[in-house]
Amino acid sequence: MPFSAAVVTFPGSNCDRDMAVALESVTGRAPLRLWHGDAELPGGLDLIALPGGFSYGDYLRSGAMAARSPILKGVASAANAGVPVLGVCNGFQVLTESGLLPGALMRNKNMHFICRDMPLRVENAASRFTTGYAAGQEITIPVAHHDGNFFADDETLDRLEGDGRVAFRYLDNSNGSRRDIAGILSPAGNVLGMMPHPERAVDAAHGGTDGRILFESILNALAPA
Amino acid sequence: MKLRIQISRKPGVLDPEGRAVHHALEGLGFSGIQDVRIGRMVELQVADDISDAAIEDMCRKLLANTVIENYRVEKVA
Repeated sequence: MPFSAAVVTFPGSNCDRDMAVALESVTGRAPLRLWHGDAELPGGLDLIALPGGFSYGDYLRSGAMAARSPILKGVASAANAGVPVLGVCNGFQVLTESGLLPGALMRNKNMHFICRDMPLRVENAASRFTTGYAAGQEITIPVAHHDGNFFADDETLDRLEGDGRVAFRYLDNSNGSRRDIAGILSPAGNVLGMMPHPERAVDAAHGGTDGRILFESILNALAPA
Repeated sequence: MKLRIQISRKPGVLDPEGRAVHHALEGLGFSGIQDVRIGRMVELQVADDISDAAIEDMCRKLLANTVIENYRVEKVA
């Protein structure tokens, strides 16, 4: 069975094409492109990707409007049924705003838009998104965000850590995220939200390929070698 | 009827915008400022018979993110 992925585009998404190119490069098949107004998702998806960008112009709060758009109902039911969902940057903000992941992403602590390669540590190498990495491996993936400052209360943070749901941590926490958190998993492990952009590190010409391993992990989780 | 909804960050949640404005005010020579918190105000024009439950629902479902924000509803007129 060929890998069937879908990339959702919201008005103001700007990393949707990069995400589609990365997925096609790794899976050999161009993903479906879905529009925010689509009320229903096609069945049989192996991955739904929510890309980066500035959906709805970041009106109200980053990701707030997209989280209430028609397609999110379908994404939420798919996620609850176990379909893997990857939210990157604005996609992560959409996942927290929709309640599929806990916490919130606030304005960076230093108020700057941060756009650079970011060293990360892989905290959970057992999730379907991260099996290609070694636990504790240090990788480099670019970030580009203004609102990446992850906040959750202590109880939520303790639970995330206790359940192994912190996927990635910043080695150099420049946005103020609590406990250096860069990416988290849902309780069932099939939803990953992360601020760094793995789709921007899949080709040597990007300056690194550490992000490619994430997409390969998703592919391998579906069809173990 | 007009509703005025004040949305503010919960106490203890970092407010980088407030801090930057605090710093800028001091840069302008204003002294004695102890804290600056920045929020948002949403004004809604609604039917007079709107229920309090519907107002609460709007605040919780969209207008405020209750992970980091509190809200206060004021019926203006």
